[in-house]
Amino acid sequence: MASGAEAVLFWCLAPLMVIAALGLVLARKAVHATLCVVFVMVCLAVLYVAQEAPFLGIVQVVVYTGAVMMLFLFVIMLVGVDASDSLVETIRGQRLVGWLLGLGLGAVLVGVLGRVAFPEGVGLEVANEVTNPVGLARILLSDFVFALEIVGILLVTAAIAALTLTHKQRLTARVGQKEMADARVAGGGSLTPLPAPGVYAQRNAMDVPALDAQGRPLESSVSRVLRVRGQERSAPVDPQIRRLDDPGPAGPAVDPPARTTEEES
Amino acid sequence: MDLSNYLVLASVLFTIGAATVLLRRNAIIVFMGIELMLNASNLAFVTFARMHGDLTGQVVAFFVMVVAAAEVVVGLAIIVSIFRTRGSASVDDANLLKS
Amino acid sequence: MDTALFDAAWLLVAIPLAGAAVLLLAGRRADGWGHWVGVLASAASLVLGLALLVSLLGRDAADRVVDVDLFRWIDAGPLVVDAGLRVDPLSLTFVLLVTFVGTLIHVYSVAYMEHDADRRRFFAYLNLFVAAMLTLVLADSYLLLFVGWEGVGLASYLLIGFWNHVPANASAANKAFVVNRVADVGMIVALMLMFATFGAVDFDTVHAGAAASTDTALLTALGLVLLVAACGKSAQFPLQSWLGDAMAGPTPVSALIHAATMVTAGVYLVVRSGPIFTEAPVALLVTAIVGAVTLLFGAVVGCAKDDVKKALAASTMSQIGYMMLAAGLGPIGYAFAIFHLLTHGFFKAGMFLGAGSVMHGMKDDVDMRRYGALSTAMRVTWLTFGAGWLAILGIPPFSGFWSKDKIIESAFAADGGHGWQPWVFGTVALVGAGITAFYMSRLFFMTFHGERRWATELTAGDREAGVPERHPHESPLLMTAPMVVLAVGSLGLGGALAIGGGFATWLEPVTGHVEHHDPVLPIPVIMVATIVLVLVGAFLAWRQYAAAPVPVVAPRGSVLTRAARADLHQDAVNENLVMRPGQYLTRSLVYGDKKVVDGGAMGVGGLLAVLGAGVQRLQNGYVRSYAAMMLAGFGVLLVVVLTVWN
Repeated sequence: MASGAEAVLFWCLAPLMVIAALGLVLARKAVHATLCVVFVMVCLAVLYVAQEAPFLGIVQVVVYTGAVMMLFLFVIMLVGVDASDSLVETIRGQRLVGWLLGLGLGAVLVGVLGRVAFPEGVGLEVANEVTNPVGLARILLSDFVFALEIVGILLVTAAIAALTLTHKQRLTARVGQKEMADARVAGGGSLTPLPAPGVYAQRNAMDVPALDAQGRPLESSVSRVLRVRGQERSAPVDPQIRRLDDPGPAGPAVDPPARTTEEES
Repeated sequence: MDLSNYLVLASVLFTIGAATVLLRRNAIIVFMGIELMLNASNLAFVTFARMHGDLTGQVVAFFVMVVAAAEVVVGLAIIVSIFRTRGSASVDDANLLKS
Repeated sequence: MDTALFDAAWLLVAIPLAGAAVLLLAGRRADGWGHWVGVLASAASLVLGLALLVSLLGRDAADRVVDVDLFRWIDAGPLVVDAGLRVDPLSLTFVLLVTFVGTLIHVYSVAYMEHDADRRRFFAYLNLFVAAMLTLVLADSYLLLFVGWEGVGLASYLLIGFWNHVPANASAANKAFVVNRVADVGMIVALMLMFATFGAVDFDTVHAGAAASTDTALLTALGLVLLVAACGKSAQFPLQSWLGDAMAGPTPVSALIHAATMVTAGVYLVVRSGPIFTEAPVALLVTAIVGAVTLLFGAVVGCAKDDVKKALAASTMSQIGYMMLAAGLGPIGYAFAIFHLLTHGFFKAGMFLGAGSVMHGMKDDVDMRRYGALSTAMRVTWLTFGAGWLAILGIPPFSGFWSKDKIIESAFAADGGHGWQPWVFGTVALVGAGITAFYMSRLFFMTFHGERRWATELTAGDREAGVPERHPHESPLLMTAPMVVLAVGSLGLGGALAIGGGFATWLEPVTGHVEHHDPVLPIPVIMVATIVLVLVGAFLAWRQYAAAPVPVVAPRGSVLTRAARADLHQDAVNENLVMRPGQYLTRSLVYGDKKVVDGGAMGVGGLLAVLGAGVQRLQNGYVRSYAAMMLAGFGVLLVVVLTVWN
């Protein structure tokens, strides 16, 4: 039934998909995991098309890859940057149990499939006679029309639910520009904008801190997000620039560069 | 090529999704594990549709996608609101189910 | 007219019951006139009873058993009981005794209880008692009889404990109640046996079934359980211990309930169940033995009591022993038992009222050792009491002579005049008569004759000797009038009913006609021997208690005297044989219950708690643990389902 080309396609994609899926379990960073899943989704779309389901393949790309996974990425950007996602297990025995159950389930499922004799595939030539979307629509709008309506209601409900859940109730007075400026003055912090990163560094980059007049790196010049994620880089120091408080030529010609930022720890 | 290979692939993906739910603590990744399981079942549906020459399997897969989309919307909204109140998206921090 | 009268027989019960209800529900506003309501209710029943008597006498002897159906009472599958009344010579005799003596005692109580704050309640209970007693004797089934049986038990309990602010009275009431419950078990078992055997509990079916039955063992068992019931109610050995304590009630109560009427219910039950006992000779013999033992027991106890009411109570016990003995002799004795019951009801009630009158004049003192020479101070009481005394002694022509003599004769003719029974029962009855004469004469002489052991004004020597200050006086007319009426009954009733065998003939529709056997001794010999023994007993009493001085404080006395004072240690026997083992049994059962039953229950609970604590550790609140369990369960299910399907 399946052509040789399909077999090639399958055997190329399937191992990649499994590896990407394992990336979901093993990836340290949530963004990587998400990208792995996106890859799996896209491959699935390809497989759908190969399995005579072009409509589902396109929907898979549009809905899953395009909408759902992007939504995941948005949320990760929203909350996941700070989220501690260490792989250190907190529940005793959970990791062992997880692996055992996962392997056991896989073994059971694959074992079952191995023991079942499937009929020779019928194929969808007849069903897809007009086109696949038309065939689907005929079923969807006849047998499943009621379910379709209910699902529509479900989607509306879900949208309203999301709005309700994420809606923040204002409990304090609105903080406008004036209030923030007042708070800043009252707090005694810097009144001017924070320095831009990398301005005095050798190269102009977002992840390199600026240096102050004494040649010391300015922590506040690097974006907080980069600092939290440990993607800040140290500022290389030009040996030509001498620090003003340097005792003089008697000392070592070059101070060791001040390690102002914690390297990825 | 035997169509049952697709089913084996679906089983493996499903298992990996289940393992993700058990092993990862980040609620978002756990959620993605669930999505992976749903997609694995979709693959099985599509394969069965082809196997039996009946498009109903694809229709069901379609419904699964729609419901999954709704679920994602609500689930992510919940995660966001939990993160707002608790400052964490770890499922282990929300262990108030204990009596 | 005739039938309508019998149809109205239910009013006999209803009127006193309504009186009780009115008195109990009306509250304090009835305090001023309530006692007259009680008297009227009782008197109305008496009038109705007399009308029934006249009507019944107007019928042929064969028509004198009238059943009045009232309503379908219980309709529970195979058990169908109609509430109905049986008006026949036996029940009517009781009705008249209860209402007549009852009415007199109601009148007496109006004066006796005059200064009691709760007189209205007292009359309510008296009316309740009359209603219950009439239910008991009029019932046409054992079940309805049982209702009356329990009703009189309740009324008796309420009246014994009438002055329940004294703990001793309350405990006496409890004692009577508990002992009567023992007897009730007999009654209940009897009801069950009847239903199981004959499928009914009404007199007709049961008696016809008993006559037709050949299962002597079953009938004997039935007779014995009925006897247990009768023993409890009639204070027969071994359930007699409550009667002495029952004297804690007001004296009119002792006269009405614990002398004249309620305590005779056992005799009534045995006579009414005659067809059962006739078929069960063993039960009959046991009845006679119980009667004989109680007869002597009560007589011996009566000789030692210094409390005038308790001495009279012992005498009651003894006299009911006579009745039981007569009933135990079989059909020949039934009529005599009832006859003696009737005469005894009159003279014993009269004597109790006399004792009440004496107490009334002696500041409620009951100790005969502080009486003496009251004949001059209370002349009417002395004369009426004397009539009762002569009646119980059996001096002709007083009524006791006619009834008791018949019983003694019958005892000598027991078992058809063959074997050991006539000699034993006859001798016991004869000796009992002698002892009766002694202790009743002792009571009479100690109270009314001899030296006065009280003083109107105390001297120093009197105080030292324990002589009390008393101002005896005759009681008011309301008290003396009933005593006089009862004394007239004591004098003439026996002769009036006995001459010509009228009473036995009257009862024949119930007891049946029996050929009398000849006693083992000639009748004149028995009669003379009885009178001689009685005279000897009375003379001994006169010599010791009238001619010789009586000490104010009781001497220690012989072993027998002390035992008799303590009711022949009946209470101790009860305690040691029944109460203590019962307590041990209860305690061990409680222990077993706590350790085994509760232990089991608690153990299961504890085990579950331990299990729960173990399982609780799985509930750690982590979603991922729950998910792991879910997945494990799913895997197991999957495996199981697939394995089963393949």
